[in-house]
Amino acid sequence: MPRRQDIESILVIGSGPIVIGQACEFDYSGTQACRVLREEGFRVVLVNSNPATIMTDPDFADATYVEPITTEFLERVIAKERPDAVLATLGGQTALNAAIKLDEAGILEKYGVELIGASVEAIQRGENREEFKDICLALDVPGGPPEVAKSFICHSMEEVLTAADTLGFPVVVRPSFTMGGVGSGFAHDADELRQIAGAGLSASPVTEVLIEESILGWKEFELELMRDTADNVVVVCSIENFDPMGVHTGDSITVAPAMTLTDREYQRMRDVGIAIIRAVGVDTGGCNIQFAIEPDTGRMIVIEMNPRVSRSSALASKATGFPIAKIAAKVAVGYTLDEITNDITQVTPAAFEPVIDYVIVKVPRFAFEKFPAADSTLTTHMKSVGEVMAIGRNFTEALGKALRSMEDASAPFDYAAPAERSVTDLLTDAARPHDGRIRLVMQALQQGATTKQVYEATKIDPWFIHQLELLRDLAVEVADAPELTAEVLRKAKKHGYSDSQIAQLRNHSTDVIRGVRWALGIRPVFKSVDTCAAEFEARTPYMYSSYDEETEVPSREKPAVLILGSGPNRIGQGIEFDYSCVHATMALREAGYEAVMVNCNPETVSTDYDTSDRLYFEPLTAEDVLEIYHAELKAGPVVGVICQLGGQTPLKLAQTLKDAGVPILGTSPEAINLAEERGAFGRLLSRAGLPAPKHGMASSFAEAKAIAAEIGYPVLVRPSYVLGGRGMEIVYDDAALERYISNATEVTEDSPVLVDRFLDDAVEIDVDALYDGEELFLGGVMEHIEEAGVHSGDSACSLPPITLGDAVVEHIREATHLIADGVGVRGLLNIQFALHADTVYVLEANPRASRTVPFVSKAKGIQLAKAAARIMLGESIQDLRDSGLLPAEGDGSTTRPGAPVAVKEAVMPFNRFRTSTGAFVDTVLGPEMRSTGEVMGLADNFGTAYAKAWAASGGPLPTSGTVFVSVANRHKRHALWPIKRLADLGFKLMATSGTASVLRRNGVEVTEVHKLSEREDGDTAPTIVELISSGDIDLVFNTPQGSNVDGASPREDGYLIRTAAVLADVPCVTTVPGLAAAVQGIEALRRGGLEVQSLQEWAAAAR
Amino acid sequence: MSSQPAILVLEDGRVFRGRSFGAAGEAFGELVFSTGMSGYQELLTDPSYHKQVALTTAPHVGNTGWNDEDDESSRIWVAGFVVRDPAPRPSNWRSKGSLDAELARQGVVGIADVDTRALTRHIREAGAMRVGISTTDLDEKSLLAKVLQQPSMEGADLTGEVTIDEAYVIPARGEKKYTVAVLDLGIKSMSLSRLSELGIEQHVLPATASWADVEATNPDGVFFSNGPGDPAAATGPIAVLKNVLENRIPYFGICLGNQLFGHALGFGTYKLKFGHRGLNVPVKDLATGKVEITAQNHGFAVDAPIGEHVETPYGTAEVSHVCLNDDVVEGLELRRDGRRVGFSVQYHPEAAAGPHDSTHLFDRFVEMLAANAGKEA
Repeated sequence: MPRRQDIESILVIGSGPIVIGQACEFDYSGTQACRVLREEGFRVVLVNSNPATIMTDPDFADATYVEPITTEFLERVIAKERPDAVLATLGGQTALNAAIKLDEAGILEKYGVELIGASVEAIQRGENREEFKDICLALDVPGGPPEVAKSFICHSMEEVLTAADTLGFPVVVRPSFTMGGVGSGFAHDADELRQIAGAGLSASPVTEVLIEESILGWKEFELELMRDTADNVVVVCSIENFDPMGVHTGDSITVAPAMTLTDREYQRMRDVGIAIIRAVGVDTGGCNIQFAIEPDTGRMIVIEMNPRVSRSSALASKATGFPIAKIAAKVAVGYTLDEITNDITQVTPAAFEPVIDYVIVKVPRFAFEKFPAADSTLTTHMKSVGEVMAIGRNFTEALGKALRSMEDASAPFDYAAPAERSVTDLLTDAARPHDGRIRLVMQALQQGATTKQVYEATKIDPWFIHQLELLRDLAVEVADAPELTAEVLRKAKKHGYSDSQIAQLRNHSTDVIRGVRWALGIRPVFKSVDTCAAEFEARTPYMYSSYDEETEVPSREKPAVLILGSGPNRIGQGIEFDYSCVHATMALREAGYEAVMVNCNPETVSTDYDTSDRLYFEPLTAEDVLEIYHAELKAGPVVGVICQLGGQTPLKLAQTLKDAGVPILGTSPEAINLAEERGAFGRLLSRAGLPAPKHGMASSFAEAKAIAAEIGYPVLVRPSYVLGGRGMEIVYDDAALERYISNATEVTEDSPVLVDRFLDDAVEIDVDALYDGEELFLGGVMEHIEEAGVHSGDSACSLPPITLGDAVVEHIREATHLIADGVGVRGLLNIQFALHADTVYVLEANPRASRTVPFVSKAKGIQLAKAAARIMLGESIQDLRDSGLLPAEGDGSTTRPGAPVAVKEAVMPFNRFRTSTGAFVDTVLGPEMRSTGEVMGLADNFGTAYAKAWAASGGPLPTSGTVFVSVANRHKRHALWPIKRLADLGFKLMATSGTASVLRRNGVEVTEVHKLSEREDGDTAPTIVELISSGDIDLVFNTPQGSNVDGASPREDGYLIRTAAVLADVPCVTTVPGLAAAVQGIEALRRGGLEVQSLQEWAAAAR
Repeated sequence: MSSQPAILVLEDGRVFRGRSFGAAGEAFGELVFSTGMSGYQELLTDPSYHKQVALTTAPHVGNTGWNDEDDESSRIWVAGFVVRDPAPRPSNWRSKGSLDAELARQGVVGIADVDTRALTRHIREAGAMRVGISTTDLDEKSLLAKVLQQPSMEGADLTGEVTIDEAYVIPARGEKKYTVAVLDLGIKSMSLSRLSELGIEQHVLPATASWADVEATNPDGVFFSNGPGDPAAATGPIAVLKNVLENRIPYFGICLGNQLFGHALGFGTYKLKFGHRGLNVPVKDLATGKVEITAQNHGFAVDAPIGEHVETPYGTAEVSHVCLNDDVVEGLELRRDGRRVGFSVQYHPEAAAGPHDSTHLFDRFVEMLAANAGKEA
């Protein structure tokens, strides 16, 4: 069946901000969908509040709404655009839930909009566990219907406890309709059950949890399926989890294809999967289904399905070369699979099942170091913030590549330094699923653990354990070989050993091993990902390395540029950097270069083979990048490598690559070092006459104390190399300083601690700029809402700046120019300034693309990353102005009439992390970045834009009701005005005693409420925590009392208040400027008339 | 696992070096590749692979070991086995031993640790060809000379080598509904199993059976199985099939049974460059437009016009199925008076290994038997 002719315009719903469980894989799927639908001639209307996405580039839709994904805003967009259909299966759970809400509110019917892809009924059948279970049990498949885990649906705690009695502990708790398994977990006894199920009931929008028999330790599998309107169904990929049941699949190491199934067992799974997609009634598109298999008997159980494109489908797409989202979009508008051509072969149809002749290993990346108080045990509740994928011709090669892709020195196996612990000890620890368990398993094997012992402790399938044993034995072979012969070296490389692992085993430097390897001619070859195991010729150069015989790199004429991506998503380095890399790719292709992308993150748009001319799905290490460079040099001319767009990951490689003779494009490694080396950068600033906060460097507490005494408290302390503010803290006295130094893992001469004067109450300003060696182009000047001291990634900000005067902006421009010139920037530069008592201080300069590049680009309609790429290749800003890539006049600091005020707000993952006792971690903002994503609000005034940003990030702000305030003493003075304003607006105020007395003295009517610690025996009045939990509070304003943001020792009361707010989903503001901005937002909401406007309309208005 | 060196030499002189896997010794045959990611036990025991050296493109092989249930015949038939990465040890609840040990036990020579993808690409470009694997003669030239002495697959009549010696009967499972004469040209046990579970009593005959032998079973229908070799050389079974059609007995054929049906209907067959071998091949049923994912294993194909009705002495023949990858004929159908009286498919609806999308063809056979019985009654 060809394309449907009865629809003309389609509303695509995106997935909103990056949160744990829903990351940039939905930008990848949404971007593909938008691209396909436009190619098919549909008018595409897009709603997504996340500015860091490629899909929200105005080129990808006809009308792009960076607006909150809520029923209210979606209705406004629908009323304005009147689309014929809504496609919600490509925007994750967010889009799916939004579509269901639109349907429930009668909006789809009211405007005559058809839901395509999956109907509301199908979504509900797939997601409602009870209904899904019944469907499974009634399936007509050869061999009879599949089994499901025995379970009970419960709507109350009594029902939960009864169910557990029947099933016996442990039981699994699964709330209905939550994303990424929020609120689910294993309960081993009644106490745990009350805790987990209680949270689950409140997390579920329908107050429903499933209590299920435990299948902990079973083998876990997933199938990715695709169906078209003619009822053709194909299985795109099978995935097997290395970590058995009990760990969320997003937190598991996973492998494709499935490794330990015979054909009979696999086909049974396939039969059931196909029957499920049909019975649930996913009309068109993708779905994923999870299965568990009892290892000793083969008893198979269906676990769940997602009636939409998922994170696993992104992985499956990258793993096989079969672009699930793209095909899903095509079948959603009427095509059948046999009418769609396989992109890669260009001769065969998409109606087939990909086969792969390599092994895929995905490893999740966690951020527990950001939440030291959080329990790191992996459960059915997803906690990872990113992932890497690696491709090898066997499991060991893929695993080795994946672990070194993690960009975590402790991730790869340390064969040379076995643990000095007993097998029992190691296996006891390995029995608890947690990040890094695989290394404990390796250590246990090195200490002599048997396959059986490891299996019994971990339930990891013996097949995988055998592979680890192979690696262990190989380590002995490499270490004991009298000479490092070509044979031994080749064998080690075939099993994924890196040069540095071999170097450690041989007591040599990595350079020596690399030299020997090259001298022996042992280099990887590059094979194609082609969907068909070489049966047909691949037309799309999607490559991976392997130590095998024959290479497939096609030769080329055009000069190539290698763009190094940003690796796994983590807090502080995520989708924003991928955005810049993708833009550079586009710009280079337009300029006639062959854009060669290198990255290892399967969630991204950059690793879509459609994005670049050539894609190398490879680890971002010096070894791997040098081999790619070598291979590409043999294929044709290579201009150089771009390292400054993918964040710290590629930046850290720049010097090594340059030393190895690789041309680095743009800002030189020396210039990068200059900006990062404090002493040199400090001298540069003083030469240029630019003030910076006083600072020093200490390698002991005594030194730090002396520095603090000289520059004065408060001071900001941090390790010398930081990403996303890791390990940063503001300390107010010697005691806190001492505690920080003694807690810091490594403080040595080589890795000292930086001690900076902290500017209390300063306004922080962020600048992104382009520099070509002569002209400076300010991309945007952003004013932070929260004061300096809150990490810029966690702080909301406004563009244009809302309170800065022209003179300050002019001063910032001059300072930026001086720094850009002094450092030697060619391309992008990000500087953070602080405005304190009328002085502009330089906090830091990063000669690279920053996290804010996409926000600035979208807010200003200027393509900064594209321009940067062209500058790196030698064009001047004037050239780019002439060619129209940059505006002919002015720059990002120029405010055009009709241009919007853009507000960026960070989205925090606090509801994901709990301490080992089950309490949430603290929510106070600090110098350590902890947000996972961001949203943008656009309006013609700050208040409305800020209110939209709140709504988009999960808010919204209340327009009436009760506000609870509890303010630290040092904040009381500044907090008074915004609180008073809330009272004037009619809010009822509640406060703790200290805050209440200050307010009363200022004539504000307030009800006093007890903190938990103030409660006396016999006191029956509810405490503030109880009031928040019972829904009596609409907004919490609480600033932290102490000085330390260490989540492990929360300042009890404030902590309890804030976590209660997170649990009850009550908006919680923790800074005074944040409250002031929120008041403006509330005022805007009360004025009403929140309009929606597309980026295209904003651009037209501002012209 | 052996660390003995092994060598693979193709008839065009290309050489790959690896290590011994399974039995030591020498093996020769036609090198073909299969892209299935599962089902090596079924592949190895499929008689259609007789005289062929099979290469599996799956990255790992032997993961699930060897079990007592999944054999498709009484022995391993492949002449040799080429893999990249064998599992050190198997892991599966049904496993009774390792693949390596089973290959060794049955004397099947294999080679591991070769760039199977490079070999596959070579075969894709140059076509299936003769090959030799050796763990004993590691001299390229000497092995090449031996490879060049091997017979070619074209013109090879091999069904006699894989069939049974004596006819036997498999009773219907449950109530007996029909009697079918089954010509074992290298049949897989899953075909027998599928037929018997539909209430068919099977009289399994050797490939050398005559029309009289078939007729003597008084069949309601006739089934020709898959099998090895060049279909054009299987002149005996083709003659028998013509008799079957002349006598208006309903016919169902799989794989070689499809090619022989083609010959009986007057079409030719030809050798594909490298064949279709895998578990992921899309086939379109031209009557319904439905796409099925099929298991395939064929090096020859029927040369028949797609979309045309061809009159034959037995009725009107047409191509019923095509492969979406390359438009190769994947099924034939014969109608008389508008009624289906015979059909065959080039792929494997019994699907062991492979997807079950086409299992319904066995039901189609039973429906045809029912319709024919009804007409006679």
